[in-house]
Amino acid sequence: MEIKRTIKYEADRVPGFGRDVMSVPGCEALEHCIQCGTCSGVCPLSIYMDYTPRQVMELVRSDFKNEVLQSHTIWLCASCYACTTECPRQIRITDIMYELKQRAIKEEVYPKRFPIPVLAEEFTKMVHDYGRISETWLVTKMYLRTNPMAALGMAGLGMNLMKTGRFSLKQDKIEHREELAKIMEAVDHENGKAKA
Amino acid sequence: MSAKKEELRIGFYVCHCGHNIAAMVDCAVVARYVETLPGVALSRDYKYMCSDPGQELIQQDIREHRLNRVVVASCSPLLHEHTFRGAVEAGGLNPFYFHMVNIREHDSWVHTDRGEATEKAKALARAAIQRVAHHKALEIKKVEIHPDVLVVGGGIAGIHAAMTLANAGKKVYLVEREPSIGGHMAKFDKTFPTLDCAACILTPKMSEVGSHPNITLWTYSEVTKVDGFVGNYTVQVKRKARYVNEDLCTGCQDCISHCVFKEPKFADDFNEGLGKRKPIFIPFPQATPQAVLIDPEVCLNFKRNKNPDGSPVVGDKCKKTCVEACGEKHAIDFTQKDTLQEVKVGSIIVCTGFKTYDAGRSPAYGYGNYKNVYTALEVERLVNASGPTGGEVILREGKNADGSPKTPKSIGIIHCVGSRDKKTNLWCSRVCCMYSMKLAHLLREHTGAEMYNFYIDMRTPGKGYEEFYNKLLEEGTHFIRGRVGEVTDWAMTPEEEGRLVIRVEDTLAGVVRRIPVDMVVLATGLEPQADAGEVRRLFNMSCGGDGWFLERHPKLAPVSTFTDGVFLAGCCQGPKDIPDTVAQAGAAAAEALVLIDKGYIEQEPNTAHILEDECSGCKSCIPLCPYTAILFDEGRKKAYINEALCKGCGTCVGSCPSASIVQNLFDDQEIFSEIEGVLAYD
Amino acid sequence: MKYAYFPGCSLKGTGRAYEESLLPVMKHLGVELQELDDWNCCGATAYMAVDEGKACAAAARNLAIAEKSGLQQILAPCSACYLVLNKTQHYLHEYPAMRQTVSRALATVGLRCDGSSAVRHPLDVLINDIGLEAVKQKITRPLKGLKVAPYYGCQIVRPYATFDDQSNPTTMDRLLETLGATVIKWPLKTKCCGGSLTGTLPEAGLRLSYILLKEAIKRGADVIATVCPLCQFNLDAYHPKIAAKWEPVPIPTVYFSQLMGLAFGLPADQVVLNRGMVPMKPLAAAMA
Ligand SMILES: Cc1cc2nc3c(=O)[nH]c(=O)nc-3n(C[C@H](O)[C@H](O)[C@H](O)COP(=O)(O)OP(=O)(O)OC[C@H]3O[C@@H](n4cnc5c(N)ncnc54)[C@H](O)[C@@H]3O)c2cc1C
Ligand code: SF4
Ligand code: SF4
Repeated sequence: MEIKRTIKYEADRVPGFGRDVMSVPGCEALEHCIQCGTCSGVCPLSIYMDYTPRQVMELVRSDFKNEVLQSHTIWLCASCYACTTECPRQIRITDIMYELKQRAIKEEVYPKRFPIPVLAEEFTKMVHDYGRISETWLVTKMYLRTNPMAALGMAGLGMNLMKTGRFSLKQDKIEHREELAKIMEAVDHENGKAKA
Repeated sequence: MSAKKEELRIGFYVCHCGHNIAAMVDCAVVARYVETLPGVALSRDYKYMCSDPGQELIQQDIREHRLNRVVVASCSPLLHEHTFRGAVEAGGLNPFYFHMVNIREHDSWVHTDRGEATEKAKALARAAIQRVAHHKALEIKKVEIHPDVLVVGGGIAGIHAAMTLANAGKKVYLVEREPSIGGHMAKFDKTFPTLDCAACILTPKMSEVGSHPNITLWTYSEVTKVDGFVGNYTVQVKRKARYVNEDLCTGCQDCISHCVFKEPKFADDFNEGLGKRKPIFIPFPQATPQAVLIDPEVCLNFKRNKNPDGSPVVGDKCKKTCVEACGEKHAIDFTQKDTLQEVKVGSIIVCTGFKTYDAGRSPAYGYGNYKNVYTALEVERLVNASGPTGGEVILREGKNADGSPKTPKSIGIIHCVGSRDKKTNLWCSRVCCMYSMKLAHLLREHTGAEMYNFYIDMRTPGKGYEEFYNKLLEEGTHFIRGRVGEVTDWAMTPEEEGRLVIRVEDTLAGVVRRIPVDMVVLATGLEPQADAGEVRRLFNMSCGGDGWFLERHPKLAPVSTFTDGVFLAGCCQGPKDIPDTVAQAGAAAAEALVLIDKGYIEQEPNTAHILEDECSGCKSCIPLCPYTAILFDEGRKKAYINEALCKGCGTCVGSCPSASIVQNLFDDQEIFSEIEGVLAYD
Repeated sequence: MKYAYFPGCSLKGTGRAYEESLLPVMKHLGVELQELDDWNCCGATAYMAVDEGKACAAAARNLAIAEKSGLQQILAPCSACYLVLNKTQHYLHEYPAMRQTVSRALATVGLRCDGSSAVRHPLDVLINDIGLEAVKQKITRPLKGLKVAPYYGCQIVRPYATFDDQSNPTTMDRLLETLGATVIKWPLKTKCCGGSLTGTLPEAGLRLSYILLKEAIKRGADVIATVCPLCQFNLDAYHPKIAAKWEPVPIPTVYFSQLMGLAFGLPADQVVLNRGMVPMKPLAAAMA
């Protein structure tokens, strides 16, 4: 039996984290959370989560930054908005999950070979480079970075896609890629993080 | 007027209010400054002006120094204006030669710099000195109070208020919309936390109301118009046609058994639609008055079309076996029409109660979709011995193994449905935790089922309430802290097949659970009545943002409204249980008695009046008055103000294009000199 | 009636059956769709997880292009695109700081977005602009006897759409009834299909698809009708895996637009039932 301390000391908190998240557009209402658990009750993925969505809400509010950013919960969230629709305090839980994902990626604290953040990153990169997504390439890239062997298991699916004419190796792209790049750069600039 | 000519002799007093004012305002400096102002005969600072010696000081100074104006700089007029006016009057002056300056709430309590706070106190005092010079002697008017009282709504609140007044010898008109009094309480089987039988404690009171010589009971009636003002209201009541003469009906119910409909066929409102009734019916066995009524929408003797006045057209299709059965009593009268009645009363108590939240607005819980999802009110009827099933808890859907109607083996009660929810109602409905436990107890007693209560927070603040919670815990009720996400009927495991599944986070255990049950009960919250907006306007009350009627002060005037002579009691003011409702009803009756026994009320003379010569008759003020106090004299083409109705809000004064409205205590001279006083920096 | 048309990446890829069936149906109803010039990916759920500002800016580029085209209404058939474009509109209206960032970024390439266009879903347009009466006029082969489970998925009514109820949407039910089909009542209309988790975390994602398929069969449906390319993919493409893990749940999933094409009697290459991986047997009668 391995034992682990579960007590939390004040030093485990990152004071100000909760307030900071709550200052982000869409996340303000978190301060009204009454810990009722409706979000977890409707969440289709809560059965797999290490912390239930309700617990994530409380951990954020109580400044347990490391716990939430490293939790599986934020990556398991499928953005179905069920929680957001049902929350009696109209907290946009889904948007808070997005915000936490962003922070986890920015701080590089997510599990490295975990496919979900990898997919998000590859997706973003493809939008940057081409302006559009080609699903086949996207999935291939994700498997290569996480679990190349698993890609083999997908061969059957590939065959079926091919049979139904839904498989394509062409990378779709937009005409004015430079326009999109410029917009993205400008956003970075606006947000004060122009690439050095 | 004459005040201008006589020499001004103003007395000024600045109060320390212990440390409240003195800590931030240098009172002695203020007193010395005011002494230098023109017209001031005397200026003092004193520790507690409101104390007996403080008041005595004013009286003495008036006499000894021949003061003819008094200004006190202290706390809020709300608190002590009345006190000081009294002192001034006792000193022999007209009480309106007094003015009060607030240097506590407006100054010492809200500033941090002593020097500046003292300067501000000086400026405010100077303004008051300049203003008071123009004050005029005013007279307090007395209005007589009509001793009769109107009580609107015959739930437990209205019943208790009416009985209290009637027992004190006052005449009461009790107007109830439904065919019987009793309100929600009449539907319950037992009441928390003592589990005493609701009927046993309510029905004796109901019949007392019905037979009390001082109470005129008008059921199936609504107030349609209210005119007048405190002490002198004229009220119009519409009495809906019952098609049965209440005075002749003995309540024998022979007509019901002889109706051409052999079986009850129509949804029965009193039983929340769980039972059926005939076109001629009595809402429930103990109804008061004990008189039947006919529903013209389904009675065969009426046609389905309407007369021009909205009443149903009487036909002659039916054999009218009911009339035969009634025989000599001749109580049934198909030609009855709605009638209007007018009464005069001096005060009004509004007790219109609440309605329950419509569970269909929370689709996640499947009410209306899954037959075995019930509202709490339905379950109140289901467990009631005089309810549609005689107190047997059988489900709407499903059969037991032996083919009999299904009885539930496990039941989930969901708290806070339509409460504590920004999307519906943000307030806590206060009684649902308790009645949910009551229902858990009763359902278990009736069925032996496994009980689950799903709550967000357990709220049991009341005498004996926490003890009741404890009792439920001992009974083995499962209390799960979590707001239910959804009620569905798709199964993941064999034991879920064919049942309702409650999906919820057990927040204390920190796990998500799926719990299969046979019956779901939704503890729907309390809401203002659907017509609360109209009732509010009718009686000139206010509603809070949440729609409940607003009391004058949440702590110090909880049963008064902003309209004098109109009081509130029970759930129309906000959710509450029966003990609190009854307490409030008693309080409202006492407030009405105060008015009646005093016989008159004094009116603040800060009313407005119209300078007739200057009024152009444009009528622009009339719709602006929130108290409908302005009337129009068609003959002389001039507006005039009913001072008894005027509350001195000043709306009309500011709006009159010809500046022909003047308000006592706020005339132009008074206000402008006050403003000049504040602005006159030295 | 003319709308700007934002297809999104999926409708050009694995979800092509949606576009291939929707365009002819709309044309048949006299609706003109003008594909947005050089549109880019909306960002879907993934981009929001990485950078909100950029996600909004990327989506706003499409809104700006639509505004430039002069068309006030954008038709976005893919649920993810519909949600993201709507969400962007909301953010631009609700948060001045976001609006400023995005406006300045767009200005660098001479674009502007004042958020004046309406982002519409085909169901919304069919019910509210075209009207079921007009749809009825076009039916030549009513889908008599076909039992359809209407599946809306999560992102079309939640959380921004106002054209239908968030918990119990009914627009597709009404449309399918108009087509003559029998609509199956089930409580899973808006439950999540697993989204991209079917690919990234199959244990979790596929379970959700499995539940949907299983319940649709249990309640007697012949076919599931969907409005989203990702839902269609999840419910169509993983049958072998689901069968291996739980049990076979053979029921085809098609786009509502394919069922409309069928009912309108459009030619097979405009109904594209051949794009599905699960055999379309139950539709055979309707196709005949
Ligand atoms: C399911 C349930 C169970 C409960 N159980 C308990 C319990 O066990 N113990 C307890 O202490 N409390 C209980 N309560 C709370 C209790 O019902 C209220 O405290 C009580 O009914 C309030 O009485 P009331 O007279 O203010 O209102 P109501 O009972 O609502 O009565 C209002 C009356 O006014 C009439 N009326 C309304 N509008 C008009 C109008 N315009 N003109 C004329 N008449 C009008 C209505 O017809 C009605 O007769 C329960 C509540 C619910 C919902
Ligand atoms: S549903 Fe809303 S209020 Fe309830 S725990 Fe979740 S976030 Fe908090
Ligand atoms: S949006 Fe995310 S957290 Fe909310 S219910 Fe859906 S999967 Fe769960």
